[in-house]
Amino acid sequence: MANFTRKDIGVLLARQGILIAFVVFMIGFALVNQRFVAPDNILGVIRSSAILGVIALGVTFVVIGGNLDLSVGSMMSFSTIVVLDLHDKIGPVLGIPAMYAMTLALGAFNGLLIGYLRLNSLIVTLGMLSAIYGLTLTYSGGKNMDIADKEHTWFSVFGQGHILGVPSPIVIFAGLAIALAVLLAKTPFGRKVYAVGGNGVAATFSGIPRARIVFLTYLISSFCVATAGLIQASRSLGSQNTVGQGMELEVLAAVILGGASLLGGSGTVFKTVIGVLILGFIQNGLLLAGLQFYVQYVVTWIIIILAVWLDIAAKRGRLWSPIA
Amino acid sequence: MTSQKNYTKYIKQGAIWGFILVELIFFSVAGHFLSLSDTAFMDFDNMLLLLKQSAPIGIIAIGMTVIMINGNIDLSVGATFALAGIVMLDSMTWPIFAGLGNWVIPVSWLLALLTGAILGGLNGLIVWKTGVDAFIVTLGAMLGYRGLVFMYNGENPTSHLNWTLVDFAEAQFLGIHTASWFFLAVTAIIWLVMTRTVHGRNAYAIGDNREAAINAGIRVGPHFLRNFILIGFLAALSAVVFYSESGSVNPNDGELYELWAITAVVLGGTKLAGGSGSILSTFGGVIAIQLLRKGLGYIGADTETVNLVIGLILIAVLFLDRQLNRKGRGELRI
Repeated sequence: MANFTRKDIGVLLARQGILIAFVVFMIGFALVNQRFVAPDNILGVIRSSAILGVIALGVTFVVIGGNLDLSVGSMMSFSTIVVLDLHDKIGPVLGIPAMYAMTLALGAFNGLLIGYLRLNSLIVTLGMLSAIYGLTLTYSGGKNMDIADKEHTWFSVFGQGHILGVPSPIVIFAGLAIALAVLLAKTPFGRKVYAVGGNGVAATFSGIPRARIVFLTYLISSFCVATAGLIQASRSLGSQNTVGQGMELEVLAAVILGGASLLGGSGTVFKTVIGVLILGFIQNGLLLAGLQFYVQYVVTWIIIILAVWLDIAAKRGRLWSPIA
Repeated sequence: MTSQKNYTKYIKQGAIWGFILVELIFFSVAGHFLSLSDTAFMDFDNMLLLLKQSAPIGIIAIGMTVIMINGNIDLSVGATFALAGIVMLDSMTWPIFAGLGNWVIPVSWLLALLTGAILGGLNGLIVWKTGVDAFIVTLGAMLGYRGLVFMYNGENPTSHLNWTLVDFAEAQFLGIHTASWFFLAVTAIIWLVMTRTVHGRNAYAIGDNREAAINAGIRVGPHFLRNFILIGFLAALSAVVFYSESGSVNPNDGELYELWAITAVVLGGTKLAGGSGSILSTFGGVIAIQLLRKGLGYIGADTETVNLVIGLILIAVLFLDRQLNRKGRGELRI
């Protein structure tokens, strides 16, 4: 510890800054309000963050691969509406796989355009945001979708059930997070995602099939969206067509907060989970402090910019930008 | 070779107008068979109304073009729009302005425009000073400014009707509505700025190659700041024009406006990477989208299909653009 210099502290702050900020933040709120750290409150926060979190896991892959996915919000509306509709028409046993297939098809379309045709991901997914919203409205006829018999369906197990006393959305979120963390950190595929996002040209010259990797990241993203739609549908058993609206940017905020660079090549599943939890606990902490829900928007704004700023400031070694 | 290059360039610049022409012909012909209404689609009054309805997004899209030529993006315009609207309507009821009579109108307009310019300027300052990418800065601001909108008046709408103002907003000068005049004026002025001034030239230069622009002595930071102030101002101007007539702001107003504006700009052929783009083509892009909305309604399609069609067209445009721009068949696919 003798050689623990100021520079080391700087490096530590830069590397684990978001985690440290999270811990400090939690301690601060816990001191203000005891209820904040009560186990049921903590479980409640994680549970309500689970839908956002599940989507953020998939978007993490896309962002590390150097792309964006703005279509996840309207894609989740689509999944939710479709699975609720199919529940009554063909039953949940067939309806859930059918919904997954349809959502994966949308993800595959994204992946085809961005991976194989190499179109700009921001614009493609922006177009898809609009197109899928239109698709959802056409599918539902613009009406809200409700399950006829809300009392007697086992379908509510994904959103309202418990597994060993833990709410099932948390179990799904945690399970998916662990699986995807292993996929990203421990498999050749995961390494290729980093390679493609970090330096696409170098990755191509190393023989990595860039198009296929990007395609797969969008497939993963749409799989996560379908899962989120399932939880959402199961939790409420009825939904509006706009249930996922605005989700894409909130998800992106969580991923960025976790420290993934929009340029691609950096970020981890664990950090994204932290980003999601930070957003969730900020919201909860501010509500417990008696503030309105919209105060969190302003706080999130400040936190996102500070987090990214400090991150790049640590990398370039000075606080202020070199832009002339 | 050069002539072929000019030819391609000519096609690309004219593409959006060709698209508008196709839309007009299609909806006129299809409408002849499908429409339930007796009036022709290309009715003059109908077209004037279309121009008026495209003004709110249009004014923002013009500002977005400048930002995107710079190689930046602004996702916070929708929230700025709502906040400026609230400031305008609310300030008319402030007691300190009670003695002003109708002179309160220019004062409240000025306050709203100032709000927009400050919010835009704050984004620009952060982009300049911290070096954080504009996408992230304005993504954060989109949330933050929306929070400010809610803080102002909770979840309640902010309403105030001033009949002098409504009359002004609904007035038609030479047959063209007030909102349309603002849209046309903004288009003309920004077009002049981008094509005839040093600032415009610098905007293209910076978007094309930021390093080179810095080495050429262009002060990129202050340039960004000016453009962000401009788009904030234009978002507020759009709000001022719109809410003068409607007189009521919901805290959710302006959501997704940023995406509509970006769609119009991209349809007009401006690249996300920066360095190219044209104000007049964006004008065309805005008209094309509004035409599509009205046209689909006219031939009896569900309003829901509009989103679907616009999304797919946006992707198709991107695809065609890629095909036209490909330098040669032998190009390395990386």
